[in-house]
Amino acid sequence: MQKKVVAKIILYVSVIVIFSWCVFPFYWAFTSSIKPDNELFKKNPTLIPKRVTFINYVKVFSDRPFHVNIMNSAIVALATTGFSLLIGVMAGYAIARLKFLMKALVMSLILAVSMFPQVSILGSFFLILRSLHLINTYPGLILPYITLNLPLAVWILQNFFRELPVEIEEASLIDGCSRFRLLWSIVVPISSPGIVATGLLIFINSWNEFLFALTFMQKPRMYTIPVAVALFRGASQYEIPWGQLMSAAVIVTLPLVILVFVFQNKIIEGLSAGAVKG
Amino acid sequence: MRKQGLTAFWLLLPAVLIISIVAFFPLFKTFYDSFYSFSLRPGSIRQFVGFTNYERLSKDPRFIYALKNTVFFTVVSVSFETVLGTLMALVVHQEFALRGLVRAAMLIPWAIPTAISSQMWRWMFHDQFGIMTKICEVLEVIQPGTPILGRPGLAMWAIIFVDVWKTTPFMAILILAGLQVIPKELYEAARIDGANAFQRFLRVTLPLITPTIGVALIFRTLDALRVFDVVYVMTRGAVGTETLAVYNRHVLMDRAFTGNWFGYGSAISVAIFTLISIFAFMYIKSLKLKFD
Repeated sequence: MQKKVVAKIILYVSVIVIFSWCVFPFYWAFTSSIKPDNELFKKNPTLIPKRVTFINYVKVFSDRPFHVNIMNSAIVALATTGFSLLIGVMAGYAIARLKFLMKALVMSLILAVSMFPQVSILGSFFLILRSLHLINTYPGLILPYITLNLPLAVWILQNFFRELPVEIEEASLIDGCSRFRLLWSIVVPISSPGIVATGLLIFINSWNEFLFALTFMQKPRMYTIPVAVALFRGASQYEIPWGQLMSAAVIVTLPLVILVFVFQNKIIEGLSAGAVKG
Repeated sequence: MRKQGLTAFWLLLPAVLIISIVAFFPLFKTFYDSFYSFSLRPGSIRQFVGFTNYERLSKDPRFIYALKNTVFFTVVSVSFETVLGTLMALVVHQEFALRGLVRAAMLIPWAIPTAISSQMWRWMFHDQFGIMTKICEVLEVIQPGTPILGRPGLAMWAIIFVDVWKTTPFMAILILAGLQVIPKELYEAARIDGANAFQRFLRVTLPLITPTIGVALIFRTLDALRVFDVVYVMTRGAVGTETLAVYNRHVLMDRAFTGNWFGYGSAISVAIFTLISIFAFMYIKSLKLKFD
């Protein structure tokens, strides 16, 4: 009996450690963002703010074009998600259900892209975008983001399509339905859970991407959120407005935190399908 | 069969087209450019130099240092993440109150953009007002007044710490998926045979989750070898923390207009690509892909 109690205590202590490990930086960013400057820049930081101010949340929008950065990220991430899903559904379905030559080759080519170190195409893709005048434009970022996400999308979706019952599709094919109609009016609706899971992963990936955004968006008004936050500057080069920076971090991570709590099962399903399922 | 092939062609065309244009063509071009010497300055002359860039690479101390750093970062962070991730997975696999909440919380470090969580940590590692600095001082890990992110050695450990923070819960979630498919009967059988908890872990759990851990480990290694965001945001590659990707971007972009560096930068890209391809090959092998 006593042994059981000890085991319970150890379990709960570990759970608390894990929980704090995961959320503490977020908590700390939040409290830092609502502390007034004289409390923020003190030698002995306090866990709970003594006084609360929301001035940083005002300043982050008035001192810099942060709302523009949020919009940039939203446009790029939403467009990427839409296009990747569209292209990914088509390719995933072909791989899951149709017989064609060189299937293994096509699938390997698509998967190979997910292994690419992004930096190995950074330079030449920059040159290509420059010659097409696509630096500092949305398409200049959406295009490479679709490519980064396609392997994941195709992989998860084809796994998902494979598990659908073949009978429905066979029946409608016999009824004279074309493959394309079949795909849009039957397969896509019944696979919406898998498509949502995939879409969430793509959205988070593109919302978070840093290296391409840092290189292909060079005007502050075109920065996406990670770039704007990473290159955060104050009045002088050496003074970083940490309170504002933390409020910016909270503003843009809060939607992600909510997304994670609402869709945790979907995200976990997608993650394990994308990474481990063989 | 013919008709299916045609349909498949049209369905696959957009994916193949975009991947060829945005991934394979630039990759080929990087390879091609690595045999030239040129810059992005208007009027710069492109010169074929053969393998000169690769020779230079083997003698560039900064490249070799970045390579060592990348390997160090990868080995240390992936080892910590695997061990801690397995432990974490075993804990959250148990029954306890609010399990769903804790599992959702484990997704937070992964879901927050690395560039942003790195800024959060940079604030916590601030040399005067950072809470991590305070904690390290109290625990006497560092002398009072030591700027953690400004000291060679310490800075790299801070970066590794942030990466471990971000990725351990992610690893745990992947490993948890492996734990959940182990049939309960196996544990009962082991219990009846008189195996204690530790023996059950060693003889039942561990062998059955080893494949999952293996795949997660290679997956993470691939990611760690191309590490960029956390290093760039925390230190910009200063104080001995430069990794391959950070150095590569520096040569390509920061020096694009100052000298004939672009060809050399492309050679670095090819080197990184080759290094990662080896691991990618292992990864694909370990997945045991089947195409029918």
